[in-house]
Amino acid sequence: MDSSRQLFQYILSGLSNGAIYALIGFGFAIIYNSTGIINFAQGEFVMLGGMLTVFFLTVLHLPLIPAIVLAILISTIVGISFERLAIRPLKNAKPLSLIIITIGASIFIRGAAMLIWGKDTHAMPAFSGNDPLYLAGATILPQHLWIFAVTILIIIASRIFFNYSIIGKAMRACSYNSQAASLVGINVKNMVLLSFAISSAIGSMAGIIIAPLTMTSYDVGIMLGLKGFCAVIIGGMSSGLGTVLGGLLLGLLESLGAGFISASYKDAIAFIILLLILFVRPEGLFGKKESERF
Amino acid sequence: MLKLNGITKIFGGLTALEDVSFSVADGSITGVIGPNGAGKTTLFNIITGLYAQTAGEVYLGEKNISLFPPEALAGLGLVRTFQNVELFGQMTVLENVMVGLHTRSKSGIFSSAFKLPGQIKEEKYIKEKSLQWLEFTGLTDLADIQAGNLPFGKGRLLEISRALAVEPRAILMDEPAAGLNSRETAELALLIRRIRESGITVILVEHDMELVMDICDSIIVLNLGKKLAEGTPREIQENPAVISAYLGEG
Amino acid sequence: MTGKKRQILIFLFFAAAVLLVPLFFKGNYLLNVFVFVGINTILAIGLNLLLGYAGQISLGHAAFFGLGAYISGIITTRFPLDPWLVIVLAAVCAGALAFVIGFPILKLKGHYLAMATLGFGIIMYIIFNETVGLTGGPSGLSGIPNLHIGSLIFDNDLNNYYLVWLFTLVVMLLSINLSQSRIGRALRAINDSEMAARVMGVNARILKVQIFTVSAVISAIAGSLYAHIMTFISPASFGFNFSIELLTMVVIGGLGSIYGSFLGAAILTMLPEFLRVFQDFDIIIYGLMLILMTMFMPGGLISGIQKIAEFTAAKIKGMTSNNAQT
Ligand SMILES: Nc1ncnc2c1ncn2[C@@H]1O[C@H](COP(=O)(O)OP(=O)(O)OP(=O)(O)O)[C@@H](O)[C@H]1O
Ligand SMILES: [Mg+2]
Repeated sequence: MDSSRQLFQYILSGLSNGAIYALIGFGFAIIYNSTGIINFAQGEFVMLGGMLTVFFLTVLHLPLIPAIVLAILISTIVGISFERLAIRPLKNAKPLSLIIITIGASIFIRGAAMLIWGKDTHAMPAFSGNDPLYLAGATILPQHLWIFAVTILIIIASRIFFNYSIIGKAMRACSYNSQAASLVGINVKNMVLLSFAISSAIGSMAGIIIAPLTMTSYDVGIMLGLKGFCAVIIGGMSSGLGTVLGGLLLGLLESLGAGFISASYKDAIAFIILLLILFVRPEGLFGKKESERF
Repeated sequence: MLKLNGITKIFGGLTALEDVSFSVADGSITGVIGPNGAGKTTLFNIITGLYAQTAGEVYLGEKNISLFPPEALAGLGLVRTFQNVELFGQMTVLENVMVGLHTRSKSGIFSSAFKLPGQIKEEKYIKEKSLQWLEFTGLTDLADIQAGNLPFGKGRLLEISRALAVEPRAILMDEPAAGLNSRETAELALLIRRIRESGITVILVEHDMELVMDICDSIIVLNLGKKLAEGTPREIQENPAVISAYLGEG
Repeated sequence: MTGKKRQILIFLFFAAAVLLVPLFFKGNYLLNVFVFVGINTILAIGLNLLLGYAGQISLGHAAFFGLGAYISGIITTRFPLDPWLVIVLAAVCAGALAFVIGFPILKLKGHYLAMATLGFGIIMYIIFNETVGLTGGPSGLSGIPNLHIGSLIFDNDLNNYYLVWLFTLVVMLLSINLSQSRIGRALRAINDSEMAARVMGVNARILKVQIFTVSAVISAIAGSLYAHIMTFISPASFGFNFSIELLTMVVIGGLGSIYGSFLGAAILTMLPEFLRVFQDFDIIIYGLMLILMTMFMPGGLISGIQKIAEFTAAKIKGMTSNNAQT
C-alpha cells in the first residue's frame, strides 16, 4: 500500500514535470519548423516567465493575473526583439552562426536576469494555495492541477490555431516549403517573427506554472530548456502530439528513475535518453523520417 | 566501363527513376539528356554514392559499386561536378584543386603535425601537380583567389580542375555549360575533348543540345524517370519518341 | 618574402615574446594570470581545430578538460605513479573516449550535434559531481602534487609559466602545421561542403572523428596541467559555462585561426583581472560578444587585425611608390 502510494506520487510529479517539458519542447518545435533553427535561448523564456511573475508579485505587489499577463507580454517582447535584432539580419547564415547567436542570446538574457534579480532563488506562491487534495490515498497539489489544465489548454489552442486559422495554416505552409509559401503571397518573415513570439509566450507560460513547485532563479533556464529539447527530440520535431508524449515520457522516466534508482543521477537520465535517441533514431520515436537531401 | 542495371529510385511516393539500365564505353563521351525533373541529377547522385538507390546495381568495370560511399568511389577513379557548383568557397582556387589530390596522397594527422620528411615531399608534389591542373584548365592566374569570389564560369572550370586532380577514370559532369556564355561554352567543348583524349571517360548531363550533339559519342535520353532512348547523336535526333517528348513538354 | 617564410618568422617572433615576458613581470601576480592564458590557449586551439577548421561544434569540451584533470588528480593523489606518465595516460583515455563516442556523435550535424555534445558535457559534469568516492564530489579534490623534473618543482608562477607555455607553443606549432597540410585542407573542405569533400575522396566521417579525438587529447593535456598547477580541482571548473566560455574564446579570436585562439583566450582570461566589475557582467558580455562577432565580424578579432595590417602595409607601399615618382 505504502509503496503503491509512493509510486503514484512519482507518477504524478513525473507527469507534471513532463507537461512542462512538453510545453517547452513545443516552443522549440514551433521555431524549428518555421526556420530550421533550434533556439538555444528557449529555456531563458521559461526563466523569464517565472522571474518576471515573481518580480511583479513581490516587488510591485500586483495581483496574480496581471502579474502573469505582464510577464508573458514582456517575455514575448524579448522574443520578438531577439528575432528582429539578431536572427532576421542574418540571411542565409550557416547553422553554426545561428547556433552561436542563439547561445549568445541565451547567456545574454541569463546574465541580464542575474544583474537585475541577483543570484538568489525565489519562491512563487501557488495559484490556489498549498492545501493538498487527497485522491485514492495519494496527495495532489492544486498547482499540479493547474499545470495539467494549462498544458492541455495550450495544446488544444495551438492545435486549433495551426489547423484551422488562416495564420496558423500559413505558418505550417512556411514550415513545409518557405519558398513556395512566399510564392503564394505569404509573408515568410512575419511568420518567422510570429513563431518566435508564440514560442516565447508558451515558454514563459511554462515557467510561470512550474515556478510555485520548483522555485525559480536566473539560471533555471538551462536545465529546463534542455529537458524541453529532450522532449521534442523523443517525440520528433515534426509531431506535435509526439512532443507531448515525449515530454510526459521523459518526466515519468526521470521521476521513476530518481525515485527508484538514484536521485543524484536524475538529470543524467534525460541526457542519456537524449543521446540514445539522437544516435539511434534522430527523427524521434514518433516522427517521420525525412528523406535524404543534399 | 560503367554499367547501370535496373536503377530505380523512389522518394517517399515519388518515383524519380524507374528501371534505368545502360552502359558507358571506356574512353567515350556519353550524354544524358532529358527535360527538367527527368531524374538526371538523381541518377548522378546514385552513381556517385550520394543517394542509395531503391533497386538496381551499378558496376564500375567488373566491380559492383552499388552501395559504395562517394569517398570510396573517388579512390576507384569516379568523380563528378555539381549542377549548383559546390566549391570550397573559403579556400583558394589552388587549395581547392589540392583537395582533389587527397586520394593521391596519404600523410595522416601525425606526420602532418610533425612535418615528417615524407609529408614535406608529398606537399610539394601536391602543389606542383595542382598547379599543372590549373594550367590545363587555364586558371593559373587565379590560383590565389578565394574560390567563393570567382565568377560563375570560372567556378565551373575550377570544379572540373578539382575533379581532374583526382586523376579519375571517369568524370561525371552535371550541366557543365549551364550559365556559361557562348564563348565559354565553346572553350568547354574543347576542354571536354582534351579530357577524353587524356583517357578519361566523360559522362555529362546537359541541356545545351548543340553542345551535346557536337561532342557526345552516344546519348541516353531520360523522361519522367524512364529511359526513353539511347544511341548516337544522329539516331537520337531522328528518334520520334524523343522528338515528341521534347516538343510535348516544351 | 614568401608566405611560408613569413609564417615561420611570425611564429619565432611570437615564441620569443612569450619566453621574454616573465622578465618584465617578475613577481607580478599577472604572471599567474598568464599561466591561465596559456592553459586556455591550449583549450581554445583544441576546440578550434574541431570548430574552426572542420566546422563541427562541440558544446561539451569542458568535459575533456575535466577528464584530463580528474584522471591526473585522482591517480596522482592515490598512487605513487610518475605524474608525467599519468598525463599521457589521461590523454590516451580522453582520446579513447572521444574516439568511441565520436562515431555516433559526429554523424549528427548542426543543431543536433550541438545538443548532443552539450548533453555529453552535462552527463560528464554530473559524473564528476556524483562519483564522490573518486572525485570528492562538489567539494572537490585537493592535494594534487605539483609536477617536477628532478629537483625543478613547478610550484611557483615563474616555473608554471614556462611549463604551460612550452606546451602551448608546441600545441600551436603542431596545429599550425596540421592546418596547412593535406589534413587541414580536407577539414576546411568538409567545413565548406561536406558533400563535395566526400566526392573528392575525403573520408569525412573518419576524419571528423579523428580531429575530435585530437581535440579531446589536447583538452585533456590542458586539464592535467591545470590539475597539477592548481593542486585542487572541483567540478565547477568543468561545467557547461566553461564550455561556453571556450566557445566564446574561439569565436571572438577567430574561427580557424590558431593565433586567434590565443587572442580570444588572452582576452577572456585577462578581462576579469583588469575589470573587477566585469565579474558580475561576464556572461552578459560573453553573450553580447558572441552575437556581435557572429553578426559583424565572422572572422573574429584576428581578421580585423589582419585587415588593419594589410591596409597599413598597402598604405606604406603606396606612400613609398608615390615618393619614388615625385
Ligand atoms: N532528395 C529528394 N527528395 C525528394 N525528391 C527528390 C529529391 N531529389 C530529387 N527529387 C525529385 O526527383 C525528380 C527528379 O529530379 P532531378 O533533380 O534528378 O531532375 P533533373 O533531371 O536533374 O532536372 P534538372 O534538369 O532540372 O536538373 C524531381 O521530381 C525532384 O523533385
Ligand atoms: Mg539536375
